[in-house]
Amino acid sequence: MADQDLSNRLREQVLAAADARRPLCIRAGGSKSFYGRTPTGDPLDLGGHRGVINYAPTELTLTARAGTPLAEIEQLLREHGQMLAFEPPHYAEGATLGGTVACNFSGPRRPWAGAARDFVLGCRLINGKGEILSFGGEVMKNVAGYDVSRLMCGALGTLGVLLEVSLKVLPLPESEITLGLQIGEQQALGQWRAWARQALPISALCHDGSQCYVRLSGPPRAVSVAAGRIGGERLADKENRFWLRLREQRHAFFDTRKPLWRLSLAADAPALPLRGKWLYEWGGALRWLVAETEAESVRAALGASGGHATLFRHGDRAQAVFQPLPDGLMRIHKKLKQAFDPAGILNPGRLYPDF
Amino acid sequence: MQNPPVQASSASIDKPALVRALRQLLPPEAVLERREDLRPYECDGLSAYRELPLVTVLPETVEQVQAIMRLCHRRGVPVVARGAGTGLSGGALPHRQGVLLSLAKFSAILSLDLDRCVARVQPGVRNLAISEAAAAHGLYYAPDPSSQIACTIGGNVAENSGGVHCLKYGLTVHNIQALKVVTIEGELLSIGGGALDAPGYDLLALLTGSEGMLAVIVEVTVKLLPVPERAQVLLAAFDSVARAAEAVGNIIAAGIIPAGLEMMDRLAIQAAEDFVHAGYPRDAAAILLCEVDGGNEEVSEHVFQVRRILKDSGASEVRTARDERERQAFWKGRKAAFPAVGRISPDYYCMDGTIPRRHLPQVLEEISRLSQHYGLAVANVFHAGDGNLHPLILYDANKPGELERTEAFGGRVLELCVRVGGTITGEHGVGVEKINQMCTQFAAPELAQFHAIKAAFDAKGLLNPGKAVPSLHRCAELGAMHVHRGELPFPDLERF
Repeated sequence: MADQDLSNRLREQVLAAADARRPLCIRAGGSKSFYGRTPTGDPLDLGGHRGVINYAPTELTLTARAGTPLAEIEQLLREHGQMLAFEPPHYAEGATLGGTVACNFSGPRRPWAGAARDFVLGCRLINGKGEILSFGGEVMKNVAGYDVSRLMCGALGTLGVLLEVSLKVLPLPESEITLGLQIGEQQALGQWRAWARQALPISALCHDGSQCYVRLSGPPRAVSVAAGRIGGERLADKENRFWLRLREQRHAFFDTRKPLWRLSLAADAPALPLRGKWLYEWGGALRWLVAETEAESVRAALGASGGHATLFRHGDRAQAVFQPLPDGLMRIHKKLKQAFDPAGILNPGRLYPDF
Repeated sequence: MQNPPVQASSASIDKPALVRALRQLLPPEAVLERREDLRPYECDGLSAYRELPLVTVLPETVEQVQAIMRLCHRRGVPVVARGAGTGLSGGALPHRQGVLLSLAKFSAILSLDLDRCVARVQPGVRNLAISEAAAAHGLYYAPDPSSQIACTIGGNVAENSGGVHCLKYGLTVHNIQALKVVTIEGELLSIGGGALDAPGYDLLALLTGSEGMLAVIVEVTVKLLPVPERAQVLLAAFDSVARAAEAVGNIIAAGIIPAGLEMMDRLAIQAAEDFVHAGYPRDAAAILLCEVDGGNEEVSEHVFQVRRILKDSGASEVRTARDERERQAFWKGRKAAFPAVGRISPDYYCMDGTIPRRHLPQVLEEISRLSQHYGLAVANVFHAGDGNLHPLILYDANKPGELERTEAFGGRVLELCVRVGGTITGEHGVGVEKINQMCTQFAAPELAQFHAIKAAFDAKGLLNPGKAVPSLHRCAELGAMHVHRGELPFPDLERF
């Protein structure tokens, strides 16, 4: 498909929808249509709005239209020895930049490199009034005006239709190895805490129920010295295949039709008293649970861990998929929604039932 | 929402009644109202702008902050929050009809959680104090604005402060995990938590850098990182700024992200050398300081590569600090650059634009042309890694018209930054200083969107009124007076 700029056509569609007060369902590749509460509204298709607009490898910046396939961006970066350091999952072939940012999806490297939101430098969007607005830019440091670009990350399109996103990119690590350690979850959690206080070149930590996996990234000598300190067995994972399968949820753990819960919590939180299948990522800060447990029980178990639970796949999407917010925060959310989308036409109900 | 309120009503506030009401909420010594007691609060680090607040309050509990906010909200009194007052854009400039809310007494480190590598601190804790407290455990807080010895974490969050290590370690927004804030209505909100992300909108990002316009920060949870095993710095001299800029690109193209990458031009080099005798080559057109950090092996490898790249990029000289003492000496010149310039000129004005680095030679050339046009010298200090320029304009405030000419010059520099795809402020904030340039950077619908965000938190426009985001009216007037733009900034502010 050819690169093209559909900004004006998309704007017309938003204007028409705002006039008619008809909800829009923003989509492009459809790779994340499983995520969030059940989508409703007329489709607003960004699939054709694609193309890399600017890529300056020595400035570590890239700007692309929202409908640009992630795969295309990653290929271009790879040719220049660079990467999206937040290692975004695709989940399906059509994954685009816009959807990735709207969901704030990040992969195994997240605790060490940062999330999608940490790499967003600027964006161009259409708000619910059909206005095309630009925020941030293509520079690392920019404190002019409120940080609307990062506000878009994880907003699931409820505040604006992303047209373009500018990102910070980083060099690919010189080398990467994966170690396997035959230890249980409890022991892994303790070990991960100890490693967190040392300057080790760790770029991923996982326990999949069978063993603990450690990925090290950096100059070869640094990686091999760290591997000596960590121990375990060096796995033949040259292509990063284990982490890729994990990231894309193609690891056997995710092969289920039962509800899949995503629990984001303090890395040092003890194992939660919930029955089901568990997988630990992000050094303990991200935990996946496959269980038929009621949402209330899952959220109650989080207790004082300072975390939150998302019904990630399967299960009842008509309910509260995301952790309900305290009243004060919900009021601010509703007012912000009103500030960007007064007619309430952008992906209504996808994030919370109230808006 | 065409023209929402941003400036609180200028109607006069009944000061005695306000003071009486505040004294019911706070101990007597925490409410200052006499002129001489208010004087220390009249300005922040941008001392060209001064204003006395109606009253200054120094609460020490979150409940007191909530009570003050409720009172001010009810009475329609503007509130300006203040940390250490080191900001460089006038963000903490008092409102003459308002309350100046000092968070100086919120100076406790509440907890150091070593298992989570986070510290929970009150907003009045100094930036450097966090790293000092964590040092015993081999941890530190990464963002290090040059004022880190004095500036407070609450102010850092309000301004999204940077420092010399941003390219590798990010800004404040990348290094905090949770906030507690009090809204203008007196409500305490908890943003973020113990996890790496939070449900709903990213209010943590929205509040970071919001310049006290949306809420008052009363607690910050910062991330702590392990202190790198080793840091090593290289100094390279160049006979042209363009060549130095190219060297920066070459280092990054080689896949190395230095912990710090700083550039100084000739005037800055000479001023620093005369002041602290760092051993800089006085005849160089530009020097680069490149620090790499990490594990021992990684640093050795990168020092080797960076040396080669600097030489291949045409450096006339490359030195590697032989030991920690020499490393400190290399940095000393850079860190002393501002006071060094302060020695050779009665006053200087520090600008803060960011540009895509490839435009550096062109931008510096244009700055030099403007320097001749305005008859004011400029020393350039530059966070080269992330494109953040700090031109220091030398002037004498005692000479009639020089400050105005300096501001006009500064305004032109910022507009130049926007023209090449950059921004009017990289890390110092908009405050009162760059409010006119916001009209250059943003179009009316974008400013209107900012006002709508502001109204979502503060419908009456009481928090830090008149800062950060200009009214559409103001921009329209500036547009109408385009010829005079920059020569008549802030007509409503007093001059000294």
